[in-house]
Amino acid sequence: MDALIDLLPELWTATYETLYIVALTLFFGGLGGLLVGLGLYLTRAGSILENKSLFFVLNLLVNFIRPIPFIIFLAAAQPLARAVTGSGIGNNAIIFTIALAASFAMARIVEQNLLTVTPGVIDAARSVGAGPLRIIFTVLLPEALGPLILGYTFIFVALVDMSAVAGYVGGGGLGNFALQYGYRQFNPIVTWAAVLLIIILVQFVQFFGNWLARKALRR
Amino acid sequence: MAVVSLRNVGKVYPSTTRDGTSVTAIDGVSLDVEAGDIYGIIGYSGAGKSTLVRLVNALERSTSGEIWVNGQNIAALRERDLRTVRLGIGMIFQQFNLLGSRTVARNVAYPLEVAGHPKEQRAARVAELLEFVGLADKAGSFPDQLSGGQKQRVGIARALATQPSILLADEATSALDPETTHEVLALLKRVNAEFGVTIIVITHEMDVIQTIATKVAVMDQGKVIERGPVFDVFSNPQAAASARFVSTVVKGVPSPNELAVLRERHLGRIVTLAFRDSAVDQKAVFGDLSAAGVAFEVVYGGINEIQGRPFGHLTLALSGADPAIDRVLAQIRTLTTVTEVR
Repeated sequence: MDALIDLLPELWTATYETLYIVALTLFFGGLGGLLVGLGLYLTRAGSILENKSLFFVLNLLVNFIRPIPFIIFLAAAQPLARAVTGSGIGNNAIIFTIALAASFAMARIVEQNLLTVTPGVIDAARSVGAGPLRIIFTVLLPEALGPLILGYTFIFVALVDMSAVAGYVGGGGLGNFALQYGYRQFNPIVTWAAVLLIIILVQFVQFFGNWLARKALRR
Repeated sequence: MAVVSLRNVGKVYPSTTRDGTSVTAIDGVSLDVEAGDIYGIIGYSGAGKSTLVRLVNALERSTSGEIWVNGQNIAALRERDLRTVRLGIGMIFQQFNLLGSRTVARNVAYPLEVAGHPKEQRAARVAELLEFVGLADKAGSFPDQLSGGQKQRVGIARALATQPSILLADEATSALDPETTHEVLALLKRVNAEFGVTIIVITHEMDVIQTIATKVAVMDQGKVIERGPVFDVFSNPQAAASARFVSTVVKGVPSPNELAVLRERHLGRIVTLAFRDSAVDQKAVFGDLSAAGVAFEVVYGGINEIQGRPFGHLTLALSGADPAIDRVLAQIRTLTTVTEVR
């Protein structure tokens, strides 16, 4: 317990780092997921920008990357992270890699949520002369907003999970904190403190996401 | 002048399986819809009628033929150029297809946003339209708070927002109960009468055609098998499929089963007389029968009215002396068609 009290400053820094990593990866990964998800939805057969070859490529890419366990993906994508961020380790490399992995996971969720929009509503928009870009922003995204918010809430939890694993390659955050000060020092109380903080964080975000989705769905 | 004119239009869906059999949804259809018509297109599901109407605003593209809308062959246009064409064509749907994330008012405003009308103008137009469809008090409601009939009225208001000259109704009443159906049909009639909007109605219900259409085309297997003024098709259907549709709303000639029952019940001779418009004088027919001393009983039939013109069939069981009956039937044959069924 005393050890934990001594480590409090480090714990707060780690919490801050987790929030920082998760916020940035949520932004970049979320954006990437939205783009790839929209790409999947729009290019699939029968959709407004049907394009068989583009759909095939996107679909293959998502199916290829999504099943790779994140800890392996982290190592495999290290050269790419180094090329983009200038370093293979540290928070920037971690953020890049998590955002990349999250993009493909999120892409499927976005695609699935967009598929819940009734095709008839898109027909209605087309029948009054709306073009693809307008349909995306005035029909697809608003109509799927509730489920999309829940999808992003879901991916937030996955991001916290991934950020913890990132402690292995020199990323900061609660995962690293639990490893370094708890697990390796044989101090379960410290580990549990990190776990507790993560649980609180996830609960809070899930609650907020549910509330926001309810508001979007007006129920 | 025809506002919509289809010339030998075809729509073939390419094969989705390996065996390479393509599906012909529309097979060489030619059709003219005149300004001010309420043109009904009826057919069983799979007859191609929905595909046909979706070709008119190019929600689906034809694979052959020409589609002239307001003097423009839209089959030759690219998707980008179609957007202006579509502003002149409203469309309503079976499932209403309202935007659930928008209020009623903002649903109606949607086509105006797309057309780039300024905000103040939009509000005035939306108020006007909601007044017209009788939903002024629902402006702030969301679609999921409305009944089916109300949703379709919002759909109609939305379809009329940009003052189109043509309105396409794709099974617009098929999801509604009979009473609401008639409310919506009455509204469509007003749209036609007050704004002069040409309406193309797709339906599988002959009742809808009978209620509002002026002309009708019957579709079967991607082809138009019969067309004409509604009165003509109803009173004298040529194709077998047309006759089946007509029989769903018009009690006319007894079916073979019904005839067997009638024969059992009535021992004398049985004849079916056609009454079409005021051309056939019922008083003269029945007067002749009475004068000849032939007793008759009406055993089957009905007189209907389409667009204010009566028509129908009456089946009579006659009793009297055979020579007298023969004489009077010969006399009546000069007035109308007589079919002796026994």
